[in-house]
Amino acid sequence: MRTLDLKSEGTKLLLRAGLLTLLALGATFLLDPYRNYQLATSAGVFAAVAGLTLLVGLTGQLSLGHAVLMAAGGYGYALTATWVAGALAGAEGEVADGVVGWLLPLLAGVGGALVASGALGLLLGLAAARLRGPYLAGLTLALVIALPSAASTIPGLSGAQGISAPFVPVPDTLAALIAVEQWHAWLAIGVTACAVTPLVALRAGRAGLRMRAVHDDETAARLAGVDPGRVKTGAFVISSLAAGLGGVVLAIVTQQVSPGAYGLGFSLLLVVAAVVGGLGSLGGAAIGAVLVTLLPWVVDQATAGLPADLGHRLQGNLEIVLFGVVVIVVTVLWPGGLSRLLRTKKRSKKTQLSQNTQLFQNTER
Amino acid sequence: MRTTRSTARSTALAATMGLAAATALSACSTPAAAEVPGVTDDKVVIGTHQPLTGPAAAGFASISAATAAYFEYVNGQGGIHGREIEYIVKDDGYNPANTQTVVRELVQEDEVFAIVNGLGTPTHSSVLDYLDQNGVPDLFVASGSLTWNQPDKYPNTFGFNADYVTEGAALAQHALDTDPDAVVCVLGQDDDFGEGILQGVELVVGEGEVATNQTYSTADQDVTAQLGAMKEAGCTHNVLGTINGFTALAVGTAAQMEWFPKWHVSSSGSDYPTLAEYLGEEGTPALEGLVSVNYLPNSPSSEWYELFSQINEEYNDGAPYTGNTTFGMSVGYQFAEALAAAGENPTRESIVAAVESGDLGGNGIAPLTYSADDHFGHRTVRIAVVADGVQDFTDSAYEVSDAGATAVEPEQAPLENEGIPATE
Repeated sequence: MRTLDLKSEGTKLLLRAGLLTLLALGATFLLDPYRNYQLATSAGVFAAVAGLTLLVGLTGQLSLGHAVLMAAGGYGYALTATWVAGALAGAEGEVADGVVGWLLPLLAGVGGALVASGALGLLLGLAAARLRGPYLAGLTLALVIALPSAASTIPGLSGAQGISAPFVPVPDTLAALIAVEQWHAWLAIGVTACAVTPLVALRAGRAGLRMRAVHDDETAARLAGVDPGRVKTGAFVISSLAAGLGGVVLAIVTQQVSPGAYGLGFSLLLVVAAVVGGLGSLGGAAIGAVLVTLLPWVVDQATAGLPADLGHRLQGNLEIVLFGVVVIVVTVLWPGGLSRLLRTKKRSKKTQLSQNTQLFQNTER
Repeated sequence: MRTTRSTARSTALAATMGLAAATALSACSTPAAAEVPGVTDDKVVIGTHQPLTGPAAAGFASISAATAAYFEYVNGQGGIHGREIEYIVKDDGYNPANTQTVVRELVQEDEVFAIVNGLGTPTHSSVLDYLDQNGVPDLFVASGSLTWNQPDKYPNTFGFNADYVTEGAALAQHALDTDPDAVVCVLGQDDDFGEGILQGVELVVGEGEVATNQTYSTADQDVTAQLGAMKEAGCTHNVLGTINGFTALAVGTAAQMEWFPKWHVSSSGSDYPTLAEYLGEEGTPALEGLVSVNYLPNSPSSEWYELFSQINEEYNDGAPYTGNTTFGMSVGYQFAEALAAAGENPTRESIVAAVESGDLGGNGIAPLTYSADDHFGHRTVRIAVVADGVQDFTDSAYEVSDAGATAVEPEQAPLENEGIPATE
């Protein structure tokens, strides 16, 4: 009976994911190229924030360095995809021109990104299992600060200049219908869907339950037979994979990976997005991601009318102030994040808890 | 209940799909031809990306202001072919990620005719493919990276600066010409800039003959380790492929070590007023004797310098006149000349053809060399030296080819028609 339930749950989830993805793809038709570019960027940021919000919200591990995991994904993608594209072009000239010419490097690149971000995430996760609160935050923060030096020290990453990722052209069959930006928005939505859907499943399933248990009380979790270290490390790896896919999206859209794109400011913005959206909420992560992508642009538009000198002084600074204000306002007014506004009816905590306990018992049996 | 909801949902879905299909047929993002983007009867809109904030701003923010001032001067005289030039400057903070955003804004939102003088190697590299895919003329990039000279791959991209290899070769040749026993070393930025300079130096002294080659990253806070190694290696002539901030840092750090070698600096990092500002009153004497190269009339004795000073006074609120002012206004002049040559009704194709035609003269110390095979315009550079706090040209100039650097006579382009390119 239970397995049947799970199956239908799984189908429902896939259906919902598919529907949302289709809606997002349809929405790209309503947008002009620049908006599609912004949509694609938000999608990439969404994947990373979704991973982060799951990590912080469910296991209580605060990572300030998710930008580096995105960068790892981006570098992994760019290096692998470039290599495969080069090999294809060298081996068979004709194949390289067709669909295989861009699809194979793309898929290989995604694989490379998962390996790179997963490996880095595993290393961090192993440390994370032994570190608490501020120490983990400090470690991940140090990683962000070290990124520019790492990029110039590790051969093949080309320092501050970064490396380029192969351009994914619009397939011939679609070329008459859509522009490059819309096509890239499609790819971004596709990759992001692949990153976020497993997170939804995980959160709703046993793994999510274990994470909550570890977060609430490690000793109690251990008594119940849950290994906190393993759960924490696993959560970190999963979160890293999502961030890595976010990096893939940005690499596809901009055809470039450089440490400047994944600086401290951006890394903290990911945390801001997670907090503003609501920790642990994936819908909130989407809101947060759109907010951090659009707000700088809105500020830019608003300051464009100001005198040049004042405008330049505000540029880059005003948005940081605004983000600070937004975080404070949201935390004061809606401590649960903006995702709370989305919910029409709130499930009472009590029923949720009892459901969890029931499921937990089922799972561990 | 369930059926109602699912009906509502499917209706919504159908509506969305219908709407989507409708927009797909009408609006969608397929490029429309016919009109030339950014060109109207009385205006040509162009854009650029520049570091107005962030670490590189101090060294370069004044360039675009100077270019804008020159365009205002041209507009005041009736523009080019009766069209005013509107110059949109966007700040990218010298961060490639920002460059990608602002250049998309320029091309898609502001619909510019061309990108002119986008500044920086790492920054501009990140939009090279994008501009190529969209067929946007990418004129006179403010960087000497060889990347811009790939006519087969990027037919619309042209560099402005003398390329770094040319500069490195001329600086090294000058070192050998003045002191045959020179021990030549290189300090370069860890990108195309530093690599290009090194390549040029090696062209002259021989591969592997550079005593030591040190690099830095723009994210670095100091270059003490690099200079220590150079002092250790017994360098007498340091060729620098550094931006202004790091030139000042290198000279200042060496002075603190009580080490005073000869400095031979690329044009991108040797602007005396800017360096003096970085070093302050105490550090400035260390700049005495600094050798640099330039390809623009950045000399108080030049008539261009005089004209640009006047424009700077009148249209740029009398901002301090630096090498950046000469650079910015020269860019403006060169674009105006290309626009004039692109014909009465310029198109993106015609302006690229005009640059490639080789008819542009420019205002440099030698005639421009653009052609269909060469997307760099300045192949000759002239040596300048700081003496008694004034940076001015000497009589030596070098033309650089694959064979190396050869001494030539400078051949300054004359000033005609009050610095407004003639339209026929």
